[in-house]
Amino acid sequence: MSKLFIIGFKDLRVMFRDRAALILMLAAPFVLTLGLGLVTGGFNQSTGAVSNIPVVVVNNDDGMLGQSLANLFASAELNDLFDVTREPDAAAARRLVDEGTTAAAVLIPAGFTGSIIPDSQTGQSGDLVRVEVYRDPGRPVSSGVAQAVVESFISQVETGRIGGQIAVEQLLASGAILPADIPQVVQTMSHGPAGQADRDIIQVRNTATDAAGPNEIDPMAFLAPGMAMLFLMYTVSLGGRSILDERREGTLARMLSTPTRGSQVLTGKTFGIYFVGVAQMMILIVASSLLFRLDWGDPLAVFVLVLSIVAGAAGWGLLLAAVAKTPSQVSSVGMAMALLFGLIGGSFFGGTITGPLGTLSKITPNSWGQDGFAMLARGDSLVDLLPVIAALWIMCFVLVGVAVAIFNRKGMLQR
Amino acid sequence: MASLVEVKNLVRKFGDNTAVADISFTIEEGEVFSLLGPNGAGKTTTISMLSCLLEPTAGDASVGGFSVTSQPLQVKNVIGVVPQEIALYDDLTALENLMFWGRMYGMGGAALKQRVSEVLEQVGLADRAKERVKTYSGGMKRRINIGVGLLHRPRLLFMDEPTVGIDPQSRRNILDSVKELNRQGMTVLYTTHYMEEAEELSTRVGIIDHGKLIALGTQRELTKLVGEMDTLRLHLNDGDDVASLADGLRSLPEVIQATTLDHQIALIVPDAQEALPPALSKSMDLGYKVRSVDIEEPNLEAVFLHLTGRALRD
Ligand SMILES: Nc1ncnc2c1ncn2[C@@H]1O[C@H](COP(=O)(O)OP(=O)(O)OP(=O)(O)O)[C@@H](O)[C@H]1O
Ligand SMILES: [Mg+2]
Repeated sequence: MSKLFIIGFKDLRVMFRDRAALILMLAAPFVLTLGLGLVTGGFNQSTGAVSNIPVVVVNNDDGMLGQSLANLFASAELNDLFDVTREPDAAAARRLVDEGTTAAAVLIPAGFTGSIIPDSQTGQSGDLVRVEVYRDPGRPVSSGVAQAVVESFISQVETGRIGGQIAVEQLLASGAILPADIPQVVQTMSHGPAGQADRDIIQVRNTATDAAGPNEIDPMAFLAPGMAMLFLMYTVSLGGRSILDERREGTLARMLSTPTRGSQVLTGKTFGIYFVGVAQMMILIVASSLLFRLDWGDPLAVFVLVLSIVAGAAGWGLLLAAVAKTPSQVSSVGMAMALLFGLIGGSFFGGTITGPLGTLSKITPNSWGQDGFAMLARGDSLVDLLPVIAALWIMCFVLVGVAVAIFNRKGMLQR
Repeated sequence: MASLVEVKNLVRKFGDNTAVADISFTIEEGEVFSLLGPNGAGKTTTISMLSCLLEPTAGDASVGGFSVTSQPLQVKNVIGVVPQEIALYDDLTALENLMFWGRMYGMGGAALKQRVSEVLEQVGLADRAKERVKTYSGGMKRRINIGVGLLHRPRLLFMDEPTVGIDPQSRRNILDSVKELNRQGMTVLYTTHYMEEAEELSTRVGIIDHGKLIALGTQRELTKLVGEMDTLRLHLNDGDDVASLADGLRSLPEVIQATTLDHQIALIVPDAQEALPPALSKSMDLGYKVRSVDIEEPNLEAVFLHLTGRALRD
């Protein structure tokens, strides 16, 4: 086994034996997410679900499908979930989302029914037109719920249940078919254009900016990653501190007295910080998706994002260890750094700061991570995330480079 | 054949403070070589340079034929190090500590497991191997600390004051295992400020003071330096002012040197028979009751005293 992993896994083991560290790493972010979530209304007390999501529905379709989708949003079953306004004009509806008045707009275009259900006279269906869900990414959960309702409706259309039922009613009423022909007609329809994937029928678009006002954002969606990253920054400072602790305890010298180079020891310690950070983030993410039912997005992309965030954070931990003189200095500065980075990086409120502070916030892994997690929650893919990932790794390499230079100058890694 | 260790004019300065001032010596394969010296003499600094942890300010040394300045990795493969301060992970068990350090020496797999249980047996802690080191007594920690240095069966073992601050039983255990390791063929560089340990263990002893090697040889060679001196050791009661009594005794013509340690006074005298009666009556005159007296042949303590005018421990 490579020295890097030997040292890194040792650190992982040591850290997970330390009860005080575990409380700060895992329990504290969880409790804070929960606490702040309750305070800011992230949960509906009884069900833990969101409610009264403001949605605007524009139905320009005069067919049955458009009507029934629009009715679905206003139905008794979904009455608690949505606060629906009707709006005749698509542009006006989009504006409502842009302004942050509503979380999403469901835009049903003219000819929607016709594009799915064959014309009763000709038996032909029209060109495909799409239902559009126009979302506010600042409210990933609320707008996601609206999207999910549209998706499930469309998937029922696809399997032929809604479309078939409505179409058959129409055909029967117009006298175009006889009751005896029904099974065959339904069969034909379910192999028609409606058989295409639902993604083709729904078009999801996001507003360019997070439009919603601060208290209208779903707090859990940014609090969970925010708190995780806040305490991640503290964890990496603990990792950095362990380098100075080991120097003081003599285990660093002992490692150097084995056939191991100073550079290997430092890399090993960096791996240790990294492993602990990744473990912490993944535990928090899995726990919050199970307990808070939080949807973080594509699991692979989430994992890659975590690897990148922790890389940037580990860079800071290492730099802290390089500049500090004593272990306790690392802890106190680390605590301050975690809070400061959390504050300017948006861990507490999720929004992006503008102006000079906003630019400054780009030195924090928190800010990039917050953006990344918001993108994933709104359904973006790994590819969309590439700039964020690149930024975090660049941050990592720059910080590690500087830290190593300082360690070298201090002669801490002799031989 | 060349010596296992050859130290050539090693110097180490910390700023203006010269910790090691130009020392040279050799250690032959199979020896237990002790560096005997008081606090701050430069023992740890010497070992740190020999184990490639500190760069010499000047001079060089070879270990197993490799230079400590230019071939550190090769040197580290030859040596095992038992540092003066216990260097273990408190939150890991003894077993986990040994496994980790074994891997750091490039060991692994079944061979490492086998070796770890051997070492645990050797230091007498096999039955407590699965407890965290933080629950251990000082003596037990010291034993694991030594065990780590033995894992990869080094040709040469550096032991830096391995018995400081522990109970007599653990100390016995450690001294016995040093002798056993040496019997099995391991060469040992041992530092201490206990002359009894140096006497019991060493093939040769180097006496170090203020960074200089002031004497080097077998115990017999060294004690010859003192000439025909004896040591009279007077044991006094708790609470006696041994320092002022020592001052009084120093004025006797029969006494060359007087030093104190706990409730004892050691007198260096040309002839024990002749010096004993005046020493006892002087003590009585000054109002002290001597509980018992030992007469000792010349020892390393006397050598140190003779060479420096100071006691090894103050
Ligand atoms: N890292 C250091 N920086 C500055 N001075 C040092 C350092 N290490 C040792 N010294 C000084 O060098 C001298 C020798 O110290 P060293 O630790 O080698 O003595 P020692 O013989 O091992 O003593 P002890 O028996 O107390 O362990 C002392 O004066 C000490 O203060
Ligand atoms: Mg020392």
